[in-house]
Amino acid sequence: MHARTDAPSETTAGWPEDIFAILQRFDVRQVPYVPDAGHSQLIDRVLGTPSMRAVPLTTEEEGVALLAGAWAGGQRGVLLMQSSGVGNCVNMLSLTQIFRLPFLTLVTMRGEWGEFNPWQVPMGSSTAGVFELSGIKVLRASHPQEVREVVEAAAGQAYNACTPTAVLLSQRLIGAKVFTK
Amino acid sequence: MSKANLLERRSVVSTLLAQRKDGIVVGGLGASTYDIAAAGDHDRNFYLWGAMGGAVMIGLGVALAQPELPVVVITGDGEMLMGMGSLATVGLQKPGNLTIIVLDNEVYGETGGQASHTANTADLVGIARACGISDARSIATMAEVEAFASAMQDVSSGPRFVSIKIDSANLERVLASRDGSFIVTRIRGALGFGPI
Repeated sequence: MHARTDAPSETTAGWPEDIFAILQRFDVRQVPYVPDAGHSQLIDRVLGTPSMRAVPLTTEEEGVALLAGAWAGGQRGVLLMQSSGVGNCVNMLSLTQIFRLPFLTLVTMRGEWGEFNPWQVPMGSSTAGVFELSGIKVLRASHPQEVREVVEAAAGQAYNACTPTAVLLSQRLIGAKVFTK
Repeated sequence: MSKANLLERRSVVSTLLAQRKDGIVVGGLGASTYDIAAAGDHDRNFYLWGAMGGAVMIGLGVALAQPELPVVVITGDGEMLMGMGSLATVGLQKPGNLTIIVLDNEVYGETGGQASHTANTADLVGIARACGISDARSIATMAEVEAFASAMQDVSSGPRFVSIKIDSANLERVLASRDGSFIVTRIRGALGFGPI
């Protein structure tokens, strides 16, 4: 009955807090997302922060379009999704080049590092390639201690240089999803 | 409704925008963008030439960033059908300053006039309402268009969704700028935001 409070390893990781602090420092105001377990701690922080607008999406491409509108309206945003959602964005990613958007997305990876579910593997394997073909710079963080500097570099080049950037948060960092009956 | 009673799209859009003041107008790709351009170029026009299915979400992003300004998305039935999930996203966020107008000619006019889903079964007003946009309605007369043009200036009573059945005539294109950086930079400039 205390399953949630008895599972501190999932709820107290330090790196999501590092990401949240960076987003605050860069004055990120709109945070569209499709939920992922790897982003759950960050999503909870955003939902509890009045200066940030969390925007749950029905599909990830909505988030790309939302951030184009946010930029036109004078606000920065970040799109949170998992690797399988990147494929849902492909045509809409053209907006990042058309508008020279200060686009930042943080992607939790599936389909690698001890994956149990084969259905995650094809999209997880092509995630970086899809971004690169779409003109988006790709950075990756695989260890808790490097998340801060990688996300800070990504936010810096996205927001200061209008260089669309994706950060892949490795499954090694998050931990492979455990499937039990 | 007989074909003769359908509204003419350029008259509808120019009437809707006659009282726009400082509002921002997002045009879905294709004929809707041409209609907005035909009503007069404007610093706050957000012309789309692609990103099919994204018009409502672009409007939502602007609306959340600028809650004191009316934001109006004018798009077609085909573009709206491709981004139908965004109505659920808008229904959840409930931005008071956002209005979504679908010019519904029941065909894909840019590609040869193939029938869209609204020609037969799909009811976009019903879908919008079921997504939580309670002010969702159809408009069939120019008198209603005129009344609505005034109502959509109110930034506290949205979101609103309107479907306007229009005739499917393909009109001469009125080409707006298709330079995305220019379009967005111009809107940002009009709102007081400089280049990086």
